[in-house]
Amino acid sequence: MDAHATTADPLASTHHGAPRGLARWLTTTNHKDIGTLYLWFAAVMFLVGGLMAMLIRVELFEPGLQVVQPGLFNQLTTMHGLIMIFGVIMPAFTGFANWQVPLMIGAPDMAFPRMNNWSFWLLPVAGALLIGSLFLPGGAVAGGWTMYPPLYLQGGISYDLTIFAIHIMGASSIMGAINIATTILNMRAPGMTLMKMPLFVWTWLITAYLLIAVMPVLAGAVTMLLTDRNFGTHFFDAAGGGDPVMFQHIFWFFGHPEVYILILPAFGIISSVIPTFARKPLFGYASMVYATASIAILSFIVWGHHMFTVGMPAAAQLFFMYATLLIAVPTGVKVFNWVATMWRGSMTFETAMLFAVAFVCLFTIGGFSGLVLAMAPVDIQLQDTYYVVAHFHYVLVTGALFSIYAGIYYWLPKWTGHMVDETLGRWHFWLSAISVNVLFFPMHFLGLAGMPRRIPDYALQFADFNRIASLGGFVFGASQILLLWVILKCIRGGRRAEAKAWEGAEGLEWTVPSPAPYHTFAQPPEVK
Amino acid sequence: MRMLPGLPSSIGFMLFSQAAAAEWRFNLPPPQTEIATRIHDIHTFILLVCLAIFVVVFGAMFWALFRHRKSVGHQAHHFHENTTVEVIWTVIPVLILVGMAWPATRLVLAQKDTADADLTVKVTGYQWKWEYDYLRDEVKFMSVLATPREQIDNRARKGPHYLLEVDEPLVVPVGRKVRLLLTANDVIHAWWVPELGVKQDAIPGFIRDTWFRAERPGVFRGQCAELCGVDHAFMPIVVEVRDEAGYQAWLDEKKSGMARAAADAERTFDAAELKARGEKVYAANCAACHQADGKGLPDIFPALAGAAIASGPAEAHIDLVLEGKAGTAMAAFKDQLNDADIAAVVTWERTAWGNQGSVTQPADVRARRK
Ligand code: HEC
Ligand SMILES: [Cu+2]
Repeated sequence: MDAHATTADPLASTHHGAPRGLARWLTTTNHKDIGTLYLWFAAVMFLVGGLMAMLIRVELFEPGLQVVQPGLFNQLTTMHGLIMIFGVIMPAFTGFANWQVPLMIGAPDMAFPRMNNWSFWLLPVAGALLIGSLFLPGGAVAGGWTMYPPLYLQGGISYDLTIFAIHIMGASSIMGAINIATTILNMRAPGMTLMKMPLFVWTWLITAYLLIAVMPVLAGAVTMLLTDRNFGTHFFDAAGGGDPVMFQHIFWFFGHPEVYILILPAFGIISSVIPTFARKPLFGYASMVYATASIAILSFIVWGHHMFTVGMPAAAQLFFMYATLLIAVPTGVKVFNWVATMWRGSMTFETAMLFAVAFVCLFTIGGFSGLVLAMAPVDIQLQDTYYVVAHFHYVLVTGALFSIYAGIYYWLPKWTGHMVDETLGRWHFWLSAISVNVLFFPMHFLGLAGMPRRIPDYALQFADFNRIASLGGFVFGASQILLLWVILKCIRGGRRAEAKAWEGAEGLEWTVPSPAPYHTFAQPPEVK
Repeated sequence: MRMLPGLPSSIGFMLFSQAAAAEWRFNLPPPQTEIATRIHDIHTFILLVCLAIFVVVFGAMFWALFRHRKSVGHQAHHFHENTTVEVIWTVIPVLILVGMAWPATRLVLAQKDTADADLTVKVTGYQWKWEYDYLRDEVKFMSVLATPREQIDNRARKGPHYLLEVDEPLVVPVGRKVRLLLTANDVIHAWWVPELGVKQDAIPGFIRDTWFRAERPGVFRGQCAELCGVDHAFMPIVVEVRDEAGYQAWLDEKKSGMARAAADAERTFDAAELKARGEKVYAANCAACHQADGKGLPDIFPALAGAAIASGPAEAHIDLVLEGKAGTAMAAFKDQLNDADIAAVVTWERTAWGNQGSVTQPADVRARRK
């Protein structure tokens, strides 16, 4: 074949292996590489955000101020929240989407590979701005991840940098979401109708729309903060005719759908893992899809439940209470479907399945506390207390994070070509699952007994449960080192994984070899 | 109205022994108002419903986990749909939710009913203290954390009400409907006393209201519940509920105190008196930011020890304290402190920590008020 013919073949240049060195990662447009980058970025940020959490728990170990002074404490809680949400959970799910969506729908890559590269590489910039602001005069942002003015208007230069970081992360998320939605809508293999898509793909499709809808709202809100801070506007400053509560309305109009951005992909992962290890198809596939869609739609009309104490009129409180209660119905349907999937299956309990089962159980505890908080009159007692902290850590740690763990243990064989060390995995699971409850369960009691959140020091009656929570926290933190070990070990070697790594696995990703070759589905598969 | 009268008063008490629960607080504190009691009961009710659902659903799941596993030779059944079941488990939750929403709706309406109050107090949140203004009686005072710094810094044994004690509590009569009008001076705070079942954000530029009617005399403690800056953890709320006579006695005593303070503004103090008073005012109002040693916090709150303003003309110093500095954490103190207090604190700042400034009198402060 002569040189001319080679270059004329558009596929020829793409049929090479991965390029080597740093340039591979900087310039890559390969969905698998970019997925890997997202996941490692999340891992690094998890370490940073986790260390902050450890410092918080050290300070809260006993009453009095010991290690962390109040100013730094507020920076730690604020940064911990921002980093875990925007730096860990969201990038990790996007990493899963990059790896899995093309593999699951039989597409050769994402729809916009270059934009994909760009959406990833924006993230480290934003992360660096955020973390770097810790070292500026006055320290990092300390007004809480919710950024409420007028408090947010008081801070120094790092507050502006954080706004900038949020803009960048928002741009990254929007580009990622457009990419994922376009890929799913346009690049499915012939025969894969929407209602044949794996549930993970469905949940991400809906998540992508949520992102596109609400990230601009957040960008608008923080831009108004920026102009209030620097250009003399008074959107949120009552002294100039502004309204501080307006910010909360706008923020939570973003913030509540954001909560589902953080959990819908988790539902998708769990809906892949459980059928595999129950060796039984997912129960109620169609109702799962409809439940996901209705949760997403309802998520736009419940934001007021974060604001029951601002003094809304009774009618508004009741509206937001009823709307919030409604969300429990589709969420309940999901839990029932997962249990029904396990029912009369033939279950085995590899680590991925252990995390999935723990997810179903513990996420539901977070759902129940959510139900308690949804009751407007009861929320009056609980809003801004440790009860809320317990609630959202149950849904975000034992919910979102555990689903990420389940996904990692489930797909690592496909990504690395090696089976994971199940013994280590089990240790990681049991240590995490027990300590996470020691960490977060007592927080329910603390909140009920009257401990506000975001305080570096507390009254003596809260001492015992705080100590228990801190101990649980240290064990939980340390246990995550095991996960790193498992992953590194699996990358470097282990029992060879077959194309279909798990006996009960179904779906296109299990038809390509393990590890998945650099390029897959150059020829679309036929889906019957 | 008590909902579900037969219910045990606390789930914690059900799960753990009575003795243990006395030390370990698992539940909402003992309610002291009708509203708090109803909150308590609704919470218990929902908790029991959730517990029941949890047992049923996860009973089934754990049954499956043990019986339907491969290692005991269970074969997978390949069903994956059943419309009847799916309809049932959609409809039943809806009914349960309606059952929960009904009492909650009635309670929301009761919480919002601030009409026909016997007493109205305006509550203003400041970084980091509360101001109580008894609108009809012209009694107005600040309420500041009373826990000594040594306890917070672990240099002294912590008292029983560590971080939940103030110099001057809000005093109210028992059995009377007290309406609170809430606002804030700087950032958003939230006024919260769990035993009274009240939490309401205090929002700068806006007035919000809420109410409570305490059923028994006693002292009830709470905290600011909305992150409001560095010392958010250090602005507690203490409500003292007294019988009618006790309340009246307190009110009279307060009124004569106010009269004395007004007289102070006309007096000329000697320097020692001013400094002694100034040190106290400083500790209660300024030390949170500028620190007790006057050194401030680097890059956040400026040092006053050795500051040019403290040895320069007194007018500039007084003006800054009166008017604050817009756009920074330095608030205007003209509405928070009277002339005598401002004169005292300015004198203290100008003479403490080796500063060599002049002494200022209440009359100097009055002259600078616009
Ligand atoms: C909430 C924190 C806070 C509190 C409380 C506070 N200040 Fe300040 N103060 C500041 C800040 C911040 C500045 C610097 C403002 C600026 O950027 O110019 C300042 C500046 C000052 C200055 C000018 C210092 C200089 O060198 O220019 C004086 C004087 C002062 N404060 C006095 C007081 C007095 C008196 C009190 C108590 C009645 C008080 N402050 C309470 C935060 C506070
Ligand atoms: Cu406050």
